Amino acid sequence: MADPVLTFSNVSKSFKEIRALEEVNFSINQGEFLALIGPSGCGKSTVLRLASGLDKQTTGEIDILTKKVGYVFQDPTLFPWRTVRKNVELLAELENYDKETIYKKTEEILSLVGLTEFENHYPIALSGGMKMRASLARSLLLDPELFLFDEPFGALDLITRGRLNLELMQLYVKKKFTSMFVTHSVEEGIFLSSRVIVFSGRPGKIKGEFKIPFEYPRDPKIKFSSAFGKLSLEISKVLEENS
Amino acid sequence: MEKMYITYLKNSIPPLLVLIFVVCIHYTITYVVLEPTRRFLLPPPHSIIYEGFFVPKHRDEIIRGLLITTKVSLIGLSIAYIIGFITALLMSQAKWIERSLYPWAVFTQTVPILALVPIIGFWFGFDILARIIVVVIISIFPIIINTLTGLRGASSNLHDLLTLHNATRWTRATKLMIPYSLPDMFTGLRTSAGLAIIGSIVGDFFFGRGSPGLGMLLKAYGQRLRTEELLSATLVSCLLGITVFWCFSYMGRKLVGHWSESWSS
Repeated sequence: MADPVLTFSNVSKSFKEIRALEEVNFSINQGEFLALIGPSGCGKSTVLRLASGLDKQTTGEIDILTKKVGYVFQDPTLFPWRTVRKNVELLAELENYDKETIYKKTEEILSLVGLTEFENHYPIALSGGMKMRASLARSLLLDPELFLFDEPFGALDLITRGRLNLELMQLYVKKKFTSMFVTHSVEEGIFLSSRVIVFSGRPGKIKGEFKIPFEYPRDPKIKFSSAFGKLSLEISKVLEENS
Repeated sequence: MEKMYITYLKNSIPPLLVLIFVVCIHYTITYVVLEPTRRFLLPPPHSIIYEGFFVPKHRDEIIRGLLITTKVSLIGLSIAYIIGFITALLMSQAKWIERSLYPWAVFTQTVPILALVPIIGFWFGFDILARIIVVVIISIFPIIINTLTGLRGASSNLHDLLTLHNATRWTRATKLMIPYSLPDMFTGLRTSAGLAIIGSIVGDFFFGRGSPGLGMLLKAYGQRLRTEELLSATLVSCLLGITVFWCFSYMGRKLVGHWSESWSS
């Protein structure tokens, strides 16, 4: 089997007095979709910041095999003065892609996330769901090999959230990027991922790990199956133990 | 199209009502409160308008004054804008630069300009140049502070996004910070525009030499107890201020109104 794309070995992180993460060990294999579930403030986002290099761990080792890392933030982080198209092109511009490639890829990605007819709109005119799609598209355009999601759908209403979960799952099936998805929704975590890691409250520690057996592509109806319900219950139990 | 006119009308009716109210009060004071012998203290609106705008001598004086004041204000404001923008940009680049410059920016705001005016006159003469310097001092603060607020306004996530893609300082400034600062910058410019006109009139008023702008006219009319002309020159000064304010509001709406929440109409 190939080496894992990302490995955390005994990683700890402190901010001044506060211990955010303690002795975190896990790895993600090629093509795997890993969900990190935990209460808010448990250091889940810190895991992403360390993985992407935005922050440095206090102790421990982080091995990462790819340089093509996509990062989707909690808020869509669009530039309000750029149209949807220009926003989607932004990261490619920063990476100095040539104009023609940018244009072609943007066309493709816009249609993939269903924003083609909104390409000339400014973010001010978009709904929360559309903004998040644009944000996803922007990262997707660079064909990341490792995709980090920091609770990207947390601020959306349940209906939009469910729809975007489905769309993200379909994108994952199509593109097979390796993913690490931070969330505090158990349902979202199970529906999207092939494996769930449960974090405890501060300092963040891994409390449990669950394999998610459902085949991709998944149907939203599986959320109502008994297997899904049982998994939710187990994960919720671990989540609620002394947290 | 018709709808636009209706909104336009709707928007102009309330201030017009206020105007009518003020004019009524004005007439009441002139004709009811003041005795005929003291009526020169507040001449009625129509004679203010007549003396100021229909007597050719006064009219030409006031128009010439208006042009000079406008010129001085706009040159001063442009210089204040360039210096202010560069200062804010420098301050946004490093904490130590901000700490070094901030007190001096506040200084321009708090210095009693009346005390500085004679000194500026001694150093730079009493004509246009000195007046422009007064304008710059009086109008630079809102530009610096508002632009700086805008430059600093982008969220840490937006900055992280650029960090992840190894953006240089230059890229960060041009692609993120400067565009982000534009709405606040226009707010600053709009405030400064009004101040620039005040600065230009104040400078003029105290220097009292060289080509006469509105300030010098105000002073001369005041000394000669020409209340009608004094009030019509004051009125013109106010109208100039309002026009400039309105121009910058319009510019702001045109340039950033399509994406900025604070400027969209």
